[in-house]
Amino acid sequence: MGGVEKPALKQFVNNLKSLPSAASEVLLGGGLPKSDRERSQLSFHNFFLHMQSVRVHKHSLRWSYTLGLGIIAAASFVILVVTGVLLMIYYKPSTELAYFSIKDINYVVAGGRIVRNAHRWAAHIMVISVLLHMARVFYTGSYRRPRELNWLIGLALLIITLALSFTGYILPWDQLGYWAATIGANIAQSTREITDVLGITRILDIGGLQKGFLLGADFVGEEALIRFYLLHCVFLPGALVTLLGVHFWRIRKDGGLCRPENIDRPGTPEYQALEPEEFEPGPSKTYGLMALVGGRRPAALTAPENTVMAWPNLLYAEAAVFMLTLAITLLLGYFLDAPLKEMANPMVPENPAKAPWYFLGLQELVSYSAFMGGIGVPTIVLLSLALVPFLDRKGADAGIWFGGTAGRRVFWQSILFGTVVTVGMLVLTIREGWLRTWFPDIPQLVIIILNPGTVLVALYAWWSIFNIKRHDSIRIGAIAMFTVFLVGFILLTYVAAIHRGPNWRFYWLPSQWPPH
Amino acid sequence: MSDHSEKQDISRRDFLTKSALASVVIAGVGALAGAGAFSKPAVSPGPSRKYKIGEPEEFPVGTAVKMEKENIFLFHDEKGFYSLTAVCTHLGCIVSQSENGFTCPCHGSEFSKDGAVKGGPAPRALPWLKMSLTPDGKLMVDADQEVAPGTKLEV
Repeated sequence: MGGVEKPALKQFVNNLKSLPSAASEVLLGGGLPKSDRERSQLSFHNFFLHMQSVRVHKHSLRWSYTLGLGIIAAASFVILVVTGVLLMIYYKPSTELAYFSIKDINYVVAGGRIVRNAHRWAAHIMVISVLLHMARVFYTGSYRRPRELNWLIGLALLIITLALSFTGYILPWDQLGYWAATIGANIAQSTREITDVLGITRILDIGGLQKGFLLGADFVGEEALIRFYLLHCVFLPGALVTLLGVHFWRIRKDGGLCRPENIDRPGTPEYQALEPEEFEPGPSKTYGLMALVGGRRPAALTAPENTVMAWPNLLYAEAAVFMLTLAITLLLGYFLDAPLKEMANPMVPENPAKAPWYFLGLQELVSYSAFMGGIGVPTIVLLSLALVPFLDRKGADAGIWFGGTAGRRVFWQSILFGTVVTVGMLVLTIREGWLRTWFPDIPQLVIIILNPGTVLVALYAWWSIFNIKRHDSIRIGAIAMFTVFLVGFILLTYVAAIHRGPNWRFYWLPSQWPPH
Repeated sequence: MSDHSEKQDISRRDFLTKSALASVVIAGVGALAGAGAFSKPAVSPGPSRKYKIGEPEEFPVGTAVKMEKENIFLFHDEKGFYSLTAVCTHLGCIVSQSENGFTCPCHGSEFSKDGAVKGGPAPRALPWLKMSLTPDGKLMVDADQEVAPGTKLEV
């Protein structure tokens, strides 16, 4: 027995000695890779690296194509998760303690101020980059087959991002948050405007049901705060992480980012723009294995390899974008404090009570009709966005900004049209009022159907159909529609942010607001 | 054996597969419905909204005050007492008194002195609230019960 014991002990000591190299073998697969071959091996076998393909097309790496927006959005989400979990250490979701726990985080906790500010700024950056990322994907026509599903997932991610921002806005339980929650819950309830007109509210009170689910009571209080807290910290981030995983995975499955059709065809302008290496075509052959992956099958030996290693080319670019996002977030967070108003007071609303900036356009619409502005128009916009990949299906112009010069021209024309129509409508509404000013006894249903918001939507829809006809191109009609809605969103947000004062009246400058 | 199986419309394997699938669907729908019913508030907790606001003598004819805590307006004219809610019918902000009636700070709804909508997005008039006298002779406003506009309490 003694004879066996000795070698085992020796082995044990030896194993102990070689722990560092064994650990690096398991964790890093034997040190950092030195060749492309080793890097691709590691990319295959590492969970985090295998999210992107080993090789990436040169076209997908161009800044002028992606602008890095998707990565900025993902980077800001990572920052939000880290700072958010830190904030949860001290935050107390109770109407009596929430406000003071935020004060503690701001003034007492070491580094608390910068963590809260960074959370706030990363949230702003996420909303902006998600919106711009959607615009990039739209204007490059990247929603087309086979990427319809990823476009829909992207829309869901946009909604979740906005919902996360809204629920987070409420948690400090200050005047801003309290009145935002009140207005939000009443927008959910505003479906009653329709059921009231139909006279079926007693049987089917959808509005009341929605408000009940959101608030857990008839008023904004403890139950509501717990529900918003749960949505913000568990339910919505969980949904977002799940869908984000699918979103990334679909990029691989759809054959990488959308590219122009001719990008790998020697002699075309798209191909020349990549500055390809000299190439001698060989006998025609295709990669059979690539049939496992969706998308076009690349022809082997008939065109040069226009892909490069994702590590380092893509990986380092992503790391750089992440670090840049982090740097901007921390800088903003260091110099600019997140707002915190007085503690929530159910007796006195803020005057004016303004929503966070990305909802101000909606608030302007809500000031025409609660149901149409808060539920009707957003539903129409989201539905049209969801339908785009199914209505605009074919064409050789995918992967090209605006699909070419004609689309680019329509983009500028749409900016002009959208500005004129939207500003005209705003001037009319602000100077002359709307139907109720002229006919005080007008039924509510008429206002719901015919208000500045719905008139604008109708004009925008007309403009996009007009462009489909004029250019005989669905893609151009889609560009026209997206652009006028974008212009409308920006202009309504601007007017609500700068020119709306107490009682939602129009003022040129906040300095002209009456004392109150 | 073959004779027997030809008479069957559905094979045993298909039957079992379909029942298993059906049970998954039923469990899924049931779980969703259960979670929905669970999160729908069963009771609506909250303070009573019947407010005892004082002796009638405290509010002489010509009174027009806002009760901050209760979010109601109280008026007293020659014909009697009446009360309007201060909660805007648009999106629930608190309206304030203006020269010609009431205005809402959030989205600019305007109401006349009797609560009717005069401008802005409000879908309906400010409700008049039920007023009564308690047995000990005090004024009471029930913020959960509406009465027809013009209903006044004579004391």
